[in-house]
Amino acid sequence: MTVNLPLLDRRETVARLLRDRGELLVVSGLGSATYDVAAAGDDPRNFYLWGAMGGTAAMALGLALAQPERPVLAVTGDGDMLMGMGSLATIGAKRPSNLSVVVLDNEVYGETGAQPTAIAHGVDLVRVARGCGLEAPDDIRDMNGVGTLVERIHRSDGPLFANIKIDAREHARVLPARDGAWLRSRFREAVLGLAP
Amino acid sequence: MSAAGARAWSVELYDVLVRQGIRQVAYVPDAGHSDLIERCGANPAMETTVLTTEEEGIALLGGAWLGGDRGILLMQSSGVGNCVNMLSLIENCRMPFVTLITMRGEWGEFNPWQAPMGLATPDVLSRMNVQVHRVEVAKDAAATLDAAISQSYDGMLASAVLLSQRLIGRKDFEAED
Repeated sequence: MTVNLPLLDRRETVARLLRDRGELLVVSGLGSATYDVAAAGDDPRNFYLWGAMGGTAAMALGLALAQPERPVLAVTGDGDMLMGMGSLATIGAKRPSNLSVVVLDNEVYGETGAQPTAIAHGVDLVRVARGCGLEAPDDIRDMNGVGTLVERIHRSDGPLFANIKIDAREHARVLPARDGAWLRSRFREAVLGLAP
Repeated sequence: MSAAGARAWSVELYDVLVRQGIRQVAYVPDAGHSDLIERCGANPAMETTVLTTEEEGIALLGGAWLGGDRGILLMQSSGVGNCVNMLSLIENCRMPFVTLITMRGEWGEFNPWQAPMGLATPDVLSRMNVQVHRVEVAKDAAATLDAAISQSYDGMLASAVLLSQRLIGRKDFEAED
């Protein structure tokens, strides 16, 4: 096993996920996942959640069903994914091939003082996702694994789930806009060509 | 009341969804919605999604609209309580949102566990800035839903249509099905 390797850095990981993103549409979960996606470079095709905890994967599902020709990526933390774990069942029932859910797993609630999540107590999201019928590689622990994941995301042969083990270090916050109405108008203009 | 006989109001509601271009239908089932769920599921132009909890539907329909789809959430009144924080998504993003809710906990309710959320449903929705339209009689159902969808998707006002338990019929706990 690779347990002795250092854990991945969340910013490097997300930057790799979004490099050469092509047509990728992104929904990011509240807290650090949103800051990581913003740090990788703002893009009108990013939809940053600042709240609505537990809703990231479900929101990405609705988007994936509406835009079946484009790859859709949910990027979120383990806390948000645990709150919305039922949405993995909902995704498994619908099976949109263009949807990928990627969890940045540091085993803590980083925004609130690093209290351990259920993952720290042994809960295994990869097995949950597999049980729901999603394609899910073993926990990703190195950048080669992230690179392989990126290829799979763009192949749209999911639904795909990936749990990436990251270190719990706090980074300087990179805050994107938090006016939801502006973000959604900007997204729809970029993706659908619709004026607000 | 079972789903066996399609009721006229239920068919009319389906026609409204089609006419209004509703493409994504998310639901946690209720007996009162069963005919509508079946009809939507049989329409290849619609995506029906069964949810594990009602709040998923709010996030899902938000994502659907980001991608250009109109949608609706079907649930019973007990599910409204599950939705409260997720409704902040709709308000913050001024997204359209429309839900069709079958009421329990009123009009001859047999199960007292349905009463608390049934009684609280209109207030909870109002407090989260969802406009509530209550339908007492079948002849008003289609027009009310049509108006709610229009004000949601054209007027950007979150809307809920409550179908009274008197309209949908009491749940019969002694029935075979």
